[in-house]
Amino acid sequence: MRPTAALPHVIALALAAAATLTACGGGSGSDPDTLRVSFKQSTDNNIKVMDTYIAGIKEQFEKENPGKKVELVPIKAPDAEYYTKLQQMLRSPKTAPDLVYEDTFLINSDITSGYLKPLDAYLKKWKDWDQFIGTAKAATRGEDGRIYGVPDGTDTRGLWYSKDIFARAGLPGTWQPKTWEDVLDAARTIKKKVPDVIPLNVYTGKPVGEAATMQTFEMLLYGTGDGTSDPLYDKNSKKWITAGKGFEDSLAFVETVYKEKLGPEVSDALDPNVGTRVRGEWLPQGKLGIALDGSWLPQDWLEGSGHEWPEWSEELGLAAMPTQNGQAPGKVSMSGGWAWSIPAKAANPDLAFEFIKTMQTRANAQKWYIANSGIAVRKDVAGDPEYVRAQPGIKFFTDLVSSTHYRPAYPAYPKVSTAIQEAMEGVTTGDLSVREAARGYDEALKDATGNQVIEK
Amino acid sequence: MTAAAPHTGPELAKVPLGPPAPASARRGGLHRLLPRFLPLAPALVLLLLFLAGPIAYCVFIAFTDLQLTGQAEESFIGLENFRRAFADDEFLDAVWLTLVFTVVSALVGQNTLGLALAALMQRASRPVRTLTGGIVVTAWVLPEVVAGFLLYAFFRREGTLNAVLDWLHLPTQNWLFTLPILAVSFANVWRGTAFSMLVYSAALDEIPREITEAAEVDGAGGWRRMWHITLPMIRRSIGTTLMLNTLQTLSVFGLIWVMTRGGPGGRSQTLPLFMYEQAFQNSLIGYGTAVALLLLLVGALFSAVYMRLLRTEV
Repeated sequence: MRPTAALPHVIALALAAAATLTACGGGSGSDPDTLRVSFKQSTDNNIKVMDTYIAGIKEQFEKENPGKKVELVPIKAPDAEYYTKLQQMLRSPKTAPDLVYEDTFLINSDITSGYLKPLDAYLKKWKDWDQFIGTAKAATRGEDGRIYGVPDGTDTRGLWYSKDIFARAGLPGTWQPKTWEDVLDAARTIKKKVPDVIPLNVYTGKPVGEAATMQTFEMLLYGTGDGTSDPLYDKNSKKWITAGKGFEDSLAFVETVYKEKLGPEVSDALDPNVGTRVRGEWLPQGKLGIALDGSWLPQDWLEGSGHEWPEWSEELGLAAMPTQNGQAPGKVSMSGGWAWSIPAKAANPDLAFEFIKTMQTRANAQKWYIANSGIAVRKDVAGDPEYVRAQPGIKFFTDLVSSTHYRPAYPAYPKVSTAIQEAMEGVTTGDLSVREAARGYDEALKDATGNQVIEK
Repeated sequence: MTAAAPHTGPELAKVPLGPPAPASARRGGLHRLLPRFLPLAPALVLLLLFLAGPIAYCVFIAFTDLQLTGQAEESFIGLENFRRAFADDEFLDAVWLTLVFTVVSALVGQNTLGLALAALMQRASRPVRTLTGGIVVTAWVLPEVVAGFLLYAFFRREGTLNAVLDWLHLPTQNWLFTLPILAVSFANVWRGTAFSMLVYSAALDEIPREITEAAEVDGAGGWRRMWHITLPMIRRSIGTTLMLNTLQTLSVFGLIWVMTRGGPGGRSQTLPLFMYEQAFQNSLIGYGTAVALLLLLVGALFSAVYMRLLRTEV
């Protein structure tokens, strides 16, 4: 069968052609005059806060740097899918943008993967860096001690309540619960007196992702015990802590909310876009009594945001989340935030840092904090009365910084967070008892951390 | 080129230098054969580049612990991913749900319903035929995501189904929450029946009228004719349809993702959804890919059974 002998040649030729084709596919990001900036776009089409801000910076940057062009690469996705998309882009120099917007909860994980570039050399020559508060700097520091991102604000969390629903339920106009039981009791009263509204929303389950872990679970967990040490991670032994009493109590709180039907329908609660509904629908339309949520909510209600709701500060009250039994310090908050990072495979890192500098001038930083209802991480802005006055609620949430906690954002954290969400989902649907969910967490924790766990 | 070199050397040497005799023309050398294979080259390049390449890469990473984030360097870990899968309750649940989903929606639902519709349509009047055919095919032509949203709207708490049940004074429930796997199975039946119906319609038309008439003369009733004449004669079509339905159903992702996202609590999480979750939400690309290979294996098992059925030809 002689003719088949030519087959190897053809295959070899084809392979060579294939290799050539692959080789000439790249190079899209290598234009030295074009800066590609990637950011997260809201899944709510009406929300253009980030888009508007970035477009303004782009204009300023292009004017100040003639000949340079900024190409915006927005990613429109829920949180979890945004991270996935970004990580896939960061893996290859052909797709890696020059500047990316990183959630500080994931930054350590991405640093370990080698996706990001240390910025110390740039920061040394940038005097504004001294204006950043220490905790914010710590949020973008890798385990190697180097800095991998410039934070653009932080956040705190608390209880938002509808004054109208409270009045209809006969609850006080100014409300500050002292214990978890106070929160649940208020929700029970609303359920009884105003049956057509959702009494209390706490995010839960895997579809919501990190919002469930941080806005709900950690707001509960860090309010158990004496509040002096991290209930998730033991710094001394560098090990993750298995589910103890505080963990089970926090799960029991979530279970109670959904078992007594104090929360939204379970099917709504497990919808990945529930956050968009809370901000865009339930709170503005007076359908939700109490929301345990982040300080950034008003960015959805500002002018130019799509569904303006300037009256929110009249119609909503703010209360700090209490500790479990009212033990000191009496209130609890969690803080996170996002940062601008330069990918390791970025084509124009120097230009990218110039863009960060433009974004983080004092004036632009202040503009951004106010636009996105962020909490300032620059000392000069935080002390500026204009910033404090710019928006109702800023003072309340800035004051919470004193009693706030930061997540143990080590590389294993994203997986630990998923394990927490699974436990929450189990008690939310009623598939698992609190005890079963806690044991399930212990198992998942061992898996997620390579067995680096400790009982406490 | 270098890989092929050892083979070429001796063969080229055999080619006579002078003008080739007609006999040796068939043997030919590279310079004569190349034109013959040249037209195939683009297709071959594309296949290698876009089909064989990704598959080989996929098989390779199934044996590594590659992660999307939180890992400095991936390493080759052999069969560890597969061991992990078989010790993972969630994986085993997903396999079970996949089997339920496939048997209920592909074997029982799409296949039987498709055959029944085709058989009924044979006897129906022309307008009824056209109308039914039109409706069923519409469900099939709709994009998967659109079909998913439609059925989500049909089954959800405030959805059409509950409105109808309420009107009939029957108890309502949140179908996507209480019986998610049945809801998505029904959705798949709704969407996929048209395909079986079309294949079976064609197959039934092929049955010679004389045979049916002969059976009728012999006194065979409708059911007996179906069992003894129709089914044996369309046996091949049944095999083909079963295989195609099954393989397509095994890989259904969009429909379930839109309707339930595999929830609540993983109660409608079939293998494709489990694979997506592991690979992209838990960032475990290596593990997710291993699960994908196992899904391939499940498909191969089903195919083997059908091939066997096909082989025992009458």
